[in-house]
Amino acid sequence: MGEEPYVGLGGWTPAALGVPGEVRRVVCAPEPVLSRPGPQVDPTTEETVRLAADLVATMRVSPGCVGLAAPQVGVGAQVFAVDVTGHPKAVTVHGTFVLCNARVVEASRWKPGREGCMSVPDLTGDVKRASRLVVEGALPGSGALVRLVTDGFEARALQHEIDHCAGLLFLNRVASAHAVYQRKVYL
Amino acid sequence: MSELAITVIGRDRPGIVADVAEVLARLGANLTDSTMTRLRGHFAMTLICVGPAAAEVEAALTPLAADGQLLATVRAVTPDGTTAPAGEPYVLAVHGADRMGIVAAMTRVVAESGGNVTDLSTRLAGPLYVVVAEVDLPPGSADDLAVRLAGVAADLGVGFSLRPADPDLL
Repeated sequence: MGEEPYVGLGGWTPAALGVPGEVRRVVCAPEPVLSRPGPQVDPTTEETVRLAADLVATMRVSPGCVGLAAPQVGVGAQVFAVDVTGHPKAVTVHGTFVLCNARVVEASRWKPGREGCMSVPDLTGDVKRASRLVVEGALPGSGALVRLVTDGFEARALQHEIDHCAGLLFLNRVASAHAVYQRKVYL
Repeated sequence: MSELAITVIGRDRPGIVADVAEVLARLGANLTDSTMTRLRGHFAMTLICVGPAAAEVEAALTPLAADGQLLATVRAVTPDGTTAPAGEPYVLAVHGADRMGIVAAMTRVVAESGGNVTDLSTRLAGPLYVVVAEVDLPPGSADDLAVRLAGVAADLGVGFSLRPADPDLL
């Protein structure tokens, strides 16, 4: 009774999914799936596990990609992969992980920053995000409930991916009429 | 002295700003507010300055347009009178497949709600059209406006957000 069901990642890696991921095609705005809130998923089904593995595989082959959400591979669902390992702006780093049905439970210390997105390849934008963040969600496969406490760039990446699952792009959150930029450097 | 509204637009090349600003400085026209940017390869300047008669400034700018690559217009405007009372600042962002009439339909709804567009930019990136507008809204009107915008956005097949602007005063 009253015991906190949420735990940390507990050393989770994509190997726990037990299936090799396949690289999927990344869709770009204005594809409607990117603007629709995705439904919650059952994290324990084979379909969710396969989707999780595919998101990791697709993220891995995409240069500069630090996160990928299900709508970006054409699937309306609350599942995303994140990996900010090695990113110069990252402070706390949880490695590669996939979360299902994730939600922000605490957000503070809002800071502006420039964001891009594989699904909006030609534009970037200034977006304010919380730099201290607590997120809860479920791991694909086991369905274990996890609580992640993070900051800085990983916090930004998580908010960007949770937005994707809700049908929102960074374009929905740009700070002003002059905060959208033509992309000059492609990774 | 008169207040002048000047526009210069044309194919971009190095030196347009310097050329125009030099002409204005020579005439003693003082640049006040201006915006200068590149729109799909065209350089566009819109500026307000205080200086001599419009005809004199227009004549002085004519040589810049002689090669047919630039178009300059000058007209006298009434100095800023009473400014409209400031409303609540919001940012309206719209994105979707490019089609005719997105800006027209969305800003019409804003206008009908008594909202005033104070800044707006659009981008066409491949098939994706993005509009970001800063709007001043009558106090307490944002929720109703969001409902009406949702209807128009659904008809247009575009997504939108209406959020309070964050002034970040330091």
